Formats: sequence, C-alpha cells, structure tokens
Amino acid sequence: MSEGHSTYTPKTGIERWLDARMPLPRLIYDSFVAYPVPRNLNYAWTFGGILSIMLVSQILTGIVLAMHYTADTTLAFDSVEKIMRDVNSGWLLRYLHSNGASFFFVAVYIHIFRGLYYGSYKAPRELLWILGCIIYLLMMATGFMGYVLPWGQMSFWGATVITGFFSAIPLVGNWIQELLLGGFAVDNPTLNRFFALHYLLPFMIAGVVVLHVWALHVVGQSNPTGIEVKSKTDTVAFTPYATIKDAFGMIVFLFFFAYFVFYLPNYLGHPDNYTIADPLKTPAHIVPEWYFLPFYAILRAITFNIGPINSKLGGVLCMFGAIVMLFLVPWLDTSKVRSAVYRPWYKLFFWLFVADAVLLGWLGSQPAEGSYVFMAQMATLFYFAFFLVALPVLGLIETPRRLPNSITEAVLEKNKGGGHHPAGATAAPETKG
Amino acid sequence: MKKILTSLALLGLVVVGTVAIAAEEAHNAAAPTHFPIDEPKEMDWSFAGPFGTYDKAQLQRGLKVYKEVCAACHSMNLVAFRTLEGLGYSEAQVKTLAAEYTIHDGPNDAGDMFDRPGKPSDYFPAPFANEQAAAASNGGAAPPDMSLLAKARGVERGFPRFVFDIFTQYAQGGPDYIHSLLTGYDETPPAGMVIPEGTHYNPYFLSGVSLKMPKPLSDGQVTYDDGAPQTVDQYSRDVSAFLMWAAEPHMEDRKKTGFRVLVFLLLFGALVYLTKRKVWEGVAH
Repeated sequence: MSEGHSTYTPKTGIERWLDARMPLPRLIYDSFVAYPVPRNLNYAWTFGGILSIMLVSQILTGIVLAMHYTADTTLAFDSVEKIMRDVNSGWLLRYLHSNGASFFFVAVYIHIFRGLYYGSYKAPRELLWILGCIIYLLMMATGFMGYVLPWGQMSFWGATVITGFFSAIPLVGNWIQELLLGGFAVDNPTLNRFFALHYLLPFMIAGVVVLHVWALHVVGQSNPTGIEVKSKTDTVAFTPYATIKDAFGMIVFLFFFAYFVFYLPNYLGHPDNYTIADPLKTPAHIVPEWYFLPFYAILRAITFNIGPINSKLGGVLCMFGAIVMLFLVPWLDTSKVRSAVYRPWYKLFFWLFVADAVLLGWLGSQPAEGSYVFMAQMATLFYFAFFLVALPVLGLIETPRRLPNSITEAVLEKNKGGGHHPAGATAAPETKG
Repeated sequence: MKKILTSLALLGLVVVGTVAIAAEEAHNAAAPTHFPIDEPKEMDWSFAGPFGTYDKAQLQRGLKVYKEVCAACHSMNLVAFRTLEGLGYSEAQVKTLAAEYTIHDGPNDAGDMFDRPGKPSDYFPAPFANEQAAAASNGGAAPPDMSLLAKARGVERGFPRFVFDIFTQYAQGGPDYIHSLLTGYDETPPAGMVIPEGTHYNPYFLSGVSLKMPKPLSDGQVTYDDGAPQTVDQYSRDVSAFLMWAAEPHMEDRKKTGFRVLVFLLLFGALVYLTKRKVWEGVAH
C-alpha cells in the first residue's frame, strides 16, 4: 500500500528545506494523513490507536511516579503511600498507572481477539502478528514486574511464585531463577532489578510498536471481510476518516478507564497488596493480576506427571505453550478465507474459545482444589484443541460462505438494506470535502 | 449481531453451570473450610457511590474510638497529625491534638535522644517499640498497622456479585468487614467447633474460626459529646468510617474530579461522534 507514490507536496519554505534533508513531515503525512485504510473498518479496529495512547499514558505517569518512588525493600511500600497521600495529585497518577496497566491489557485482549476473529494474522501479515505477540509478551513482563514494585504481600508472593516457575526447567532452571532474583529469594536485589527493567521494557515495547506500525503500513490493514484492497474505491484516507473514528473510540475507552480510576480504583487489585510484604507470612491464596489468570489456571491444571516430565515442569510448559500457540497461529490456520464472517464453524469455535478463556480466567482466581481442578483441565484441553485441532482442521473441512468480490461490493451489499446512503456518493469518497 | 448475542448467552450458561458445580461442595458447620464463615454485612456508608463524602462528625467520633481503644495496640504509622484537618479540625485544634502525644526524637546536638510534645508534622506514634514487642505483648501476633486496614481487608465477592459491583460501585468491602468483625464477637460458635485456646470466636474473621484479638468494644466505653448512640454498633461504624478515611484520605477529591472527567468525556465524546457522522456522511462503510 505504502509502496504507492507519496502525495505529499511541501507548501512552505521550511517544509521544503526539511523535505530535502530529512523528510519527516513527508513520513508523517504519508503514514497518518494520506495512508489509505479500508472503508469498512469497524470499531474493533480502533484498538490499535487506543493501545498507543495507553502506552504513552503509562510511560508519562510512570516517569513521574518514578521520581517519587524508592526501590528499596524497607522504603518501597511507604514511598508508594507517600505518593498516595502527600504528592500533589499523586493518588491520581498512581491510580492512573495501576488501572492503566489493566486497561492496557483490556485493550490488547480485544485487539488480539479481533485479529483472531477476522484472520488478521494470515499472509502477508504473519510478521505483523508476530511483532504483536512480542509486544504482548513484553507487556506481560512489564506488568508483572510493575506489580512487584509497591512491595505489598501479593507483590512479594506473586514474584516468588512466578520466578519459581523457572526453577522447573531442567539443568539451567535454578541458574535462571537466581539470575532473575539476584539471590536465592525475592529480596532487595530483586526489587532493584525489577524496577530497572520495569523502566526499560516500556521503551522496548515502544520500539517494537514502531516495527509493528511499520509492518502494518507495508501490508495495509485487514478488514472485516478479509478481502484485500483491490481498487481505490475500497479505501478512504486515514485523515479525516480513520482519525475521527479512532478519536471517538478512544474517548469511549477513556470513559470506561476513568470510571474505574475515579470510582473503583482498587477493584482490579488485591486487598493483600495494601499489606507490606512479609516473607514469613504466606497469603491464603496467591493470585496474580487478572490479566494473567487464564495462564495461571493452565499452569495449575497440570497436576499429574507425564512420563519424565513432572507436574511442575508440565504446568510451566503448558503455560508457556499457551502463549507459543499465539505465535504459531498464522501457520496453524489452514483456511483460505480470512474472516470469521464467512466461516460459520470457525465463528462458533472462536466464541467458544472466548468463553473458554473467560472461564480459565475465573478458574485462575479460584483455589486449585476440588472440582475446579477438573474444570481447569478440561478448559486447558479445549484451549490447546482450539489452536492445534480446530484451526488446522476447520480450514480443510469447512465450506465458507460466498465471499463478495471486493470490499466495495460488500459495503454496497450491506447498505442496500439500509438505503440511506445514495450509491453514487460512494464512488469516490476521497474527492468529498 | 444475533449470533454474537447467542454466543454470549452460551458463554453465560457455561460459567453459571461451572459455578453451580463448585457451590455444591459439602458444608460442615463445626469444621468450616472456607472463611469467613459469615459474609460481612453491607452497611450504608456516607462515602459510598459516585457522590459519596465523608461524614466529618462520624470521622471525628471514629478518631476518638481509635485514640481511646484501638491505639492501645494498633499503630497507624502512615497518618500524620496535619492530615487530621481533613476531619474538619482547624489548624489550632490539630496543634493541640498533636501536642497530646509524646514523640521520641533525636539525637540532639549533645547526641541524646529526647521526648518532646508532638507537632502537626509528626505521625501517630506506635504503641510498641517494634514489631517483636507488639507480638510479645499480644500472644505472639502483632496487631496490624491500621493506616491501610480498610483497603487491606476485603472478603472475596464471588460470581456474579463481582460483576454487579462494577455497576453499583461497591468499594466498601473494607469498612463492611471491619464493622462486621467488631460486632461479631457475641455470636456463639456452633456445637462441636474447636476454638483454639487464647483465641476468640468470630464468624466474620477472614482467615479462621477465631482470632487473637478479644472483643475490643463494649457499650458506653467511649463517651461521645454529639449525642450519637454509645453502642458497639455505632462505635464500629464510626471507627470503620475513620479507617476508610485513614486509608484513602483523598477519596472525596477523587470522586469529585471523576465526575468532572466523566462529564467532560461525555460531552467531548458526543461532539466527536457528531463530527465523525459528518465526516463519514455519504461514505458507505
């Protein structure tokens, strides 16, 4: 898409001067103004923009919080409380940051599910998808380490449990765990390196985001029909069409975000994290943040040994395997049709998968005992079956519905029923004021 | 859309089904396995909801209960006297209040530690010199610091209540729990239940059948000068409200700001939506 000729014409002397030396205005114009986007994008496509403002918001609030935070086990908890009580608008910054992490994940999950539903990962967008998976992985590392910084009970015990996973790896496990912790247990060196990494990783995320957007601008956006853009009538210019739609999506998202920040700031957290970390007192239930719960449920679902693999290593392998599945999706899906709109069976399995993910999340928050364990095992089985069985098999046996010939045809077909859009006006939208 | 709705309904069914299975697990009154035995009672708090504000008279009464009862064992390390102006006290009143306390300070120029009357910039002094001393005087368990207690305690709400809580803005789990615990000492344990020695049965306690703390409040123990009833129930409400304030002193500010932010986003969102409609007018999509 962007291989097309640049339509940027510098108007002022400064722009011409810049354009001849380092054409940044041209890059911005081509990427965010003239960039053609499919005309049929729905609001699920606004989450890319939403994620970028969440990243910026997290970095900005985070930098100010870091000015007041002390990464020392004896001072960390109190320094956070100092922010909450004495720093001007400190409570706002801290609640924006802690809830911002949660809403960052809300947005990324919608973004990922959107990609799965519309087959956005299919050729030529495999690399785009994998870059997204890397961002997601970096986000998880950042979120986990950030949760340790307030040095509450869940911070400490969450860190103990999660770093403990690594010790399950044969041969190098203990070495990796000690490297992560800076010792034999979660302590001051752990807190210090987590703080340093928590400050570093968001900038790495920003770097991968640049690659993600770059890849996106090479292959162009997918769209609800999954049909590639074929002619100019299939697209509209990014500005004003996508910009204004994204802006509206962002405001709606910020509304929900603000509702939590101002009225339910501790809803997504755990009360135990308002008690200072105590290495001698294990909480009754150690629960990670909500956005890790499905993976936590998978980890704990493996209660049995499989041959030479004991249950602990098995759980860890399944948990990491659950994320590896995402990386493999472009090659697991054998369907020639991208979008679930035209795939009745895939659509059913997709929604079952969503239900399964929600169920796993809930199970992750419950103690691993009684019937919960069995449910978690079944849900884990379905999780992997979706990727390893449903995705490859459905593509081979499913009869897709008839695909429209182009995005424009799909749009016109859809609008025939409504009838309030004059067909003539659709021919060349970019010529409209 | 219809398909999405049926899928969501299916999702709901799956979740409800699993919860039903989980709830079936056996229940034995004499040897409970899940705590608390009784869920906290939900009270009416002046600070609940989007426009909630602290009842300053109640906070002042709660402070009195803390000072005269709780403070004998519980520290409140994170609360400075100066912040008590948030309870409606004047600067002079806060000065007087702080001066009632003796603060161990130093070293001075001669290198000696010394005692002096408290200043507004001081924090509530702890009743024990250190955690070990606190534990030793209290049967082996140090009484928790009370600065954040109202946010550090909460009974899991369970499905589906945690979903409704989003809409009702239920965020009073802490004060509800503290109030229930303080008023829950008079209940008799079910027949056959074993209560460990040196502990006190309380069906509202979060992590067992009983706790080390004996019943702390009794009717008429603290004198109120504003005519509020001097009962355990009233004391418990007041001190729970006070602890909520101690844990979240900027709550009123937060909710007020929140209302403005939401109104702004609503109006701005409406304008952007109308602009979006105008931009996309005549462009089929």
